[in-house]
Amino acid sequence: MSKQAQHWEKTRGLLFVTLAIWFVFSIGIFLFGAEMEASSIRPFGYPLSYYMTCQGSLGIFVILIFWFAGRQEKIDEEFGFSEREDG
Amino acid sequence: MFKGNFINNLPKIYGTYTGGFIVFIILMAIGEQAGMSAKVIGICFVAFTVLIYALIGYLSRTIQVDAYYLAGRQVPTVFNGMATAADWMSGASFVAMAGGIYFKGYGYMALLVGWTGGYVLVASLLAPYLRKFGCYTVPDFIGTRYGGNLARLSAVIVLTVASFTYVTAQINATGTIASVALDIPFNIAVYVGLASILMCSMLGGMRAVTWTQVAQYIVLIIAYLIPVFWISNKMGAGVFPHLMLADEVARIAELESQFGLGSVKNSAADLKQVPKGLSGITKAHAEVNTTPWKFISLAVCMMAGTASLPHVMMRYFTTPSVKAARRSVGWSLFFIFLLYSSAPMLATLSKLSLMDPNLATGIIGKSISEVQAIDWYQNWNQANLMFVSDFNGNGTLELNEFFMGGKAVVLATPEIAGLPYVISGLVAAGGMAAAMSTADGLVLAISNALSHDIYYKMINPKAETAKRLLIARVLLVLIGFAGATIAALEIQGILGSVIWAFDFAMSGLFFPLVLGVWWKRANAQGAVAGMLGGLAAGTAYLIAVRSGYPGFLDITQLTFGIVGSVVSLVLMVVVSLATKAPDAATQKMVDEVRVPSGKAILGRQH
Repeated sequence: MSKQAQHWEKTRGLLFVTLAIWFVFSIGIFLFGAEMEASSIRPFGYPLSYYMTCQGSLGIFVILIFWFAGRQEKIDEEFGFSEREDG
Repeated sequence: MFKGNFINNLPKIYGTYTGGFIVFIILMAIGEQAGMSAKVIGICFVAFTVLIYALIGYLSRTIQVDAYYLAGRQVPTVFNGMATAADWMSGASFVAMAGGIYFKGYGYMALLVGWTGGYVLVASLLAPYLRKFGCYTVPDFIGTRYGGNLARLSAVIVLTVASFTYVTAQINATGTIASVALDIPFNIAVYVGLASILMCSMLGGMRAVTWTQVAQYIVLIIAYLIPVFWISNKMGAGVFPHLMLADEVARIAELESQFGLGSVKNSAADLKQVPKGLSGITKAHAEVNTTPWKFISLAVCMMAGTASLPHVMMRYFTTPSVKAARRSVGWSLFFIFLLYSSAPMLATLSKLSLMDPNLATGIIGKSISEVQAIDWYQNWNQANLMFVSDFNGNGTLELNEFFMGGKAVVLATPEIAGLPYVISGLVAAGGMAAAMSTADGLVLAISNALSHDIYYKMINPKAETAKRLLIARVLLVLIGFAGATIAALEIQGILGSVIWAFDFAMSGLFFPLVLGVWWKRANAQGAVAGMLGGLAAGTAYLIAVRSGYPGFLDITQLTFGIVGSVVSLVLMVVVSLATKAPDAATQKMVDEVRVPSGKAILGRQH
């Protein structure tokens, strides 16, 4: 397999992991709105459903993007596809 | 000031600017103590900030193509993040969102999830690849990747429909704020707003818009956070509201049941007296009050729409590298998060200020005549944004007898909570900054697509630089005027039009963009079918639902993008597979796009 194909395979793998986490926190948990509201887990005292919509998921997305960017940079370096600055 | 190592000086320049703005706020506060009237303070805030933006726009003027379209591809990661956040957060986010949450609670918080989650898609599926491509506009990518003028033209059509729907809402918002702050009629204020928008973008294109957007972000975030922190501390609710309002949320639920929310209903005849556009509280504040599908479908539409809106995507064309584009998406979302996580807190504080009889500001349960005598009530009632009426004739204001416009939640809360007027002036300036920055990005996205993709690429490929930029500027002014004219008609509310824009963009552009990078087999015929078919299907569904068709799967006029994008995906895959695979050169181009190293597909000057 060429270097480029390997690079793309790893990139795709990272995409699937990223999208899976994204799916859980943007769609998955909101299938269980009523269960979250009844849950005894109450971050800072807020009902869990309320907390996730107004802070929890949002914050996870921010962290997820920075994590994704870092991983992708590593993959690019591994295969020597990092750009020199000024691109 | 804007020459030499301007880029290295950015932190210093914007640091000074922020300091200057804070000094200005303090001066205004001193002025208020010394007896400056509310009206003068409002005018000063709006006029001063708009003049600063216009000055930045003037200083960033340019006659170079790559500066006009791409800000010279040298915008640093963090600053591009701020500019994107301002570009992104419109009048809808600043003025209308907290209001939506105030009235509809949990159901509307789907917008918070949707308008942030979309950035994960932007970062992982699109932005770095489109940056590598080196295009000037989104249709530039579609046109080059798929080949052919038809694909390019289809992309321009979708872009124009989505962005134009969006921009009328933003010009409407600038008009609303200008009319309140400067005390002029709305249909004149709309053109005042337009003039300020054009001053920021006309001379310098993307370069000017970038540097004004950074300045606008600073104003809008200060203007949003100060009232939230101030009210929370004044009320004794907590030093850091985001982590400390749990008791207040619980208190609202208690008051809701005490005041009979949900059990006391207004009759249709009573509701007829309420001015158009105002609503009362009918939904619980923090309870889960909507079906999972309703919540998720709205969030999905906003996420896919985020990843398809050209004015956001084109911000990532301006970074110095692919790596910077990726990180810049993270910074954008961080800066957006600062405001979005505050919106529900503002809604909570605002509601409690009005409802809690233990607070001096509470009005529910007071006598009607007492409420009607309050200064701020009279002002906002005159602006047609607040209304009380004694439906049950007991002389006391009940929860179901108080009505407010969605816009008033953000704009009026500082006054309601008893903050000095200087904060209200600051909030007006923030709302103006939010609406202007988005309108700038949108008007530029449309006029760039028309001038670069239609005029230069399709009509006159030999045009000289000077002529290209002249055409771009003329189009900018024309589109701005068209937007203002339609905004003056006030067809749909701010939040409604914005949601439509996301659905339009998602219907026509989401899959053609994503598959352009991720599916080599996608070809021009498929892309054209996907763009036009998706847009047509989405639009048809919207029109059908609005004219009384009940719809299917609970897809409403706010989520018609689901219909459009599914049709778009199916058409694109079927038509692509039924026609010839793209040629070897195109396939190689896609391979090139997938790695960050090497030259951009399209050069700096093209």
